[in-house]
Formats: sequence, C-alpha cells, structure tokens
Amino acid sequence: MSRITPPRLILSRVTKTFGGVRALTDLSLEVAPGQIVGVIGPNGAGKTTTFNVITGAYRATSGSVLLDGHDVTSEPSHKIARAGIMRTFQNIRLFSDMTVWEHLLVAQPHTGSFVRRLLPMRFSNPKTIERAEEVLEFFGLGDVRDRLARSLPYGLQRKVEMARAVTARPKLLLLDEPVAGMNHDEAETIRTLMLKLREGGLSILLIEHDMAFVMNLCDHLHVLDFGVLIAQGKPDDIRTNPAVLDAYLGRAA
Amino acid sequence: MSMYYAGLLSDIGILLLGALSVYIILATGQLSLGNAGFMGIGAYLTSHLTVVVGLPITAALIVAALVSGSIGIAVGFPALRLRGIYLAMATLGFGEMVRSFFQNFTPMGGSEGFHGMHHVSTGYIWAWAAIVLVVIMLIEASPIWLEIRAVRDDETAAGLVGLNATQIKVGAFGCGAAVAAIAGGLFAHHHVYIEPGNFSFERSIDFVLAVILGGSTVAPGALAGAVLLVILPEYLRFLADWRFAAFGALLIAMLLVRRQGLLDRALFRFALPRSKA
Repeated sequence: MSRITPPRLILSRVTKTFGGVRALTDLSLEVAPGQIVGVIGPNGAGKTTTFNVITGAYRATSGSVLLDGHDVTSEPSHKIARAGIMRTFQNIRLFSDMTVWEHLLVAQPHTGSFVRRLLPMRFSNPKTIERAEEVLEFFGLGDVRDRLARSLPYGLQRKVEMARAVTARPKLLLLDEPVAGMNHDEAETIRTLMLKLREGGLSILLIEHDMAFVMNLCDHLHVLDFGVLIAQGKPDDIRTNPAVLDAYLGRAA
Repeated sequence: MSMYYAGLLSDIGILLLGALSVYIILATGQLSLGNAGFMGIGAYLTSHLTVVVGLPITAALIVAALVSGSIGIAVGFPALRLRGIYLAMATLGFGEMVRSFFQNFTPMGGSEGFHGMHHVSTGYIWAWAAIVLVVIMLIEASPIWLEIRAVRDDETAAGLVGLNATQIKVGAFGCGAAVAAIAGGLFAHHHVYIEPGNFSFERSIDFVLAVILGGSTVAPGALAGAVLLVILPEYLRFLADWRFAAFGALLIAMLLVRRQGLLDRALFRFALPRSKA
C-alpha cells in the first residue's frame, strides 16, 4: 500500500545532536496517506525528539523532512503547522483561561484575512464556525464547549488537544502518548476516533507505551533505541523481533 | 467643571492611554518598562509638527503614532530574544536612552524643554482615549485576540497550531509604541511645555502600575487603574506628606487581596454571559 501511493511524510537520514549527545542517528521513516504508524522504544530512545524535529521545534542537525514531497526541514514551526503537520503533547499543553470552543477557533488562523480576524468573532468566516462545530461534534465535546479546557477531567483534556490539532484539517497528525494514564474504555474511545480520522485520509504518527494499544492499531511500527532505528515492520513481526526484545527487556544473562 | 477636575480628568485620559500602551504589549506576555520613551518620542515629534511645521494636532498625532509604531517594531525584534526580567531591563534601557537623547538634543530645547504648543481640551484628550479603548475592546472580541492570548500562554504550543508568534509579539510592540506616542502628544499639548524629565522611568512605572492595579487581562482594567492612580493620591491629601506612603501601603494590600487586579476576565464573564457564537 505504501508503495503505490507516494508517502505523505518522509524522514531521510535525520540526525539530531545536542552538544556531544546524539539524540537521533540517521533515522529514516515514511508514513503513507491514511496510514497509522507507531514509533516505540524505551524512555530516552528519541521518540519525542523525532516529533520535535518533524514539527520544527528542533532543527535537524542533518537529514531532511519532506511533507508531500516538499522539504520542510528548516521551516519555522508555524509554517510546518500550516503546511499540514499538527501534534499533541505528552504532557498536555492547552491554553489556560480558554474555553474548549476558543481552542477550536484559535487553531484556524488561516481562515480569513488579517483585517477580518481583527473584527469581532461574529464577523468571522462562517466556515470557521462550521468547522469548529463539526470537530466539536466529532469528538463529542458539545456538552463542555463553553467550559475552560484546563478545568476538564484528564481524558477530556486529551480529546480537546486532539480536537485542536485536527481542526485545521492537517495531513499528518503526530500523537505523543495519546492514551497515557487512561483506563481501557477511555483508550478505546481514542482508538475509535483515530480509526475514524484515518478513514478521512489523515495520516497518523503515534508514540505510545501501551503495547496492546499500539499493536492493535498501527499498520507499521518503528522501534527506536538510543536514537537509532533498531527494527521496523508489521506489528506481528516486531512482537517477535529479537533486537526489540533485547531493547525492552535487556539482554538475557 | 472646575479647572481642578478638568486637570484630573485630563491626567486620567493620558494615563489611560499610557496604560493601554503597556497593556497591548503585556497581552503578548512581554513586559515593557520603556513606554515613557515612546511617549517622549510622541510628545516631541507632535510638538515639532504643530509648532514648527504647523500641522493640525490630529494629523501630528497620527504621524507621531506611525513613526513611534515603526520604532516600536524595530525595538520589538531584538526584544524577541529576551524574556521576563531581561526584557524588562532592556526596555528600561531603551526608555532612558530616549530621555537622555532629548536631554542633549538642543534643537528641541535640550534640558531646558520645549514650548509653544496650543492647549488641547479635556474633551479632545478623552476622545482619543475613548476611541483607543473601544478599539482595543473590540479587538478583544476578535480571533486575533485569541491568538494573542495563545502566544502569551504558551508560545511553543501556539507556533505548533500555526500561529506566527514573532509577528504577533512584534506587532503588539508596534501598536503599544503607537498608543504611547499618542499619550505623549496629548500630554505635550495639555501641559503646553515638555522637558525630558517628563518621560523618565517613573512614568513607565506609572503605566505598568495602572495596568497591574486595574487588571491586566482586560482593557477596562487599564481604565480602572488609571482612575485609581490619579484619584487615590488626591483623596489621601489629608495625610499630607504621608500620602504617598499610604498609597504604597494600599497598593501592597491590593496585590495581596486581589493579585489579578481590580477587574479580570472572570468578572466580565459573570457580568455579561457569553453569546453562543
């Protein structure tokens, strides 16, 4: 499948060093349109660094990041976001003192000229409002629309963050541990939402520690250890890969 | 209206504009302690334009606002690299730089000051103050303001949803500088005499104080702060020499009891329930 359609995201030989520390070494990976790809690995393996490089929060020391064939390696993060890459954070980062509804509006800065965005909200592009309504409904957040996002229970905050990320219709969504700290039912709703998003053609790159969740959901997995890609393939192959078992469990004595 | 009250009202109007100039910049999470510098630029430039060039006051104010706004944008770029206390120090330096420039700039009187301006009425000052306040309040109901709040709260997260934090922060600096220049121009034409000492560090602190006292999350907070800051010392006159000490004590008490300032967003949410759109 990934061979027929051109990839949405290509990381080619990305290296990121901090001083003398190599956080990522020659990492290459691809995500096809409508594919859910997982990045797994022990703590400190470079998973979040990978996300930071893709979204422009860090600049790759070498290598390149391509979105739909366009090189975005050295673009500032807001341009990468507008090009179609959105993300969520491991430790939720919602805007304080903003309602759920406001989060969905602020995530659409591209709708409307500067002058129009200076006018009171009621003169906003009706499409902005429509889109926010649509996302609100998709994520089942209608009931808490006017609540301050930070005052919501943890599970709902995660949903708001995901909702904010998809409002601008990205091409690629990066999720950093979307079900961390969730119980089975909550994780299940997130999984369902992700599958529905994929049906809409969205590509998803996922970092997650919950192995059952990852194995159930991903089309393809990449395993990192100390910033190096040690294995990749279908979930079933990864499950039995000796290098992966070593990285996670330590070498058998 | 007696001269006394007209004078107080004019002071409030000018302080309101100064406070708003700080408020706009603070809304993006940047504390400027140098807005008296922009005010000085506005005061001297407007005075030059009305006295020497012969422009009408309104035109002179607009020109001064544009010039000061451009300088604000130029100052805003290096300010991007600084945060918190360091930014405050740098802007303080800018303000002092402007003051000492006019101190040495003899074509505009240097330390002897500059005069020859025509007096403007309290009504004229308040027309400007009201227009600027209302415009800012309208912008507060706009999508741009949500972007400004997002940048203030979490610049990284704001960038990652596609907001251009640089543009927003530098733009705010420019707008703040423009408003401060209007305050300066009106100040010059209210007092009809200016000297560099009018635009010192204490003036910048007054602006910041008005915003902090009145409430730094809503524009009307600047109005409440300006009123308090002008009126309170007057009401404390019976304390004679002790009134500034009493004023200081009240200020501390205020910050202990209501740190967010007199007015805040929660108050407005309560007062006017948000519409559904």
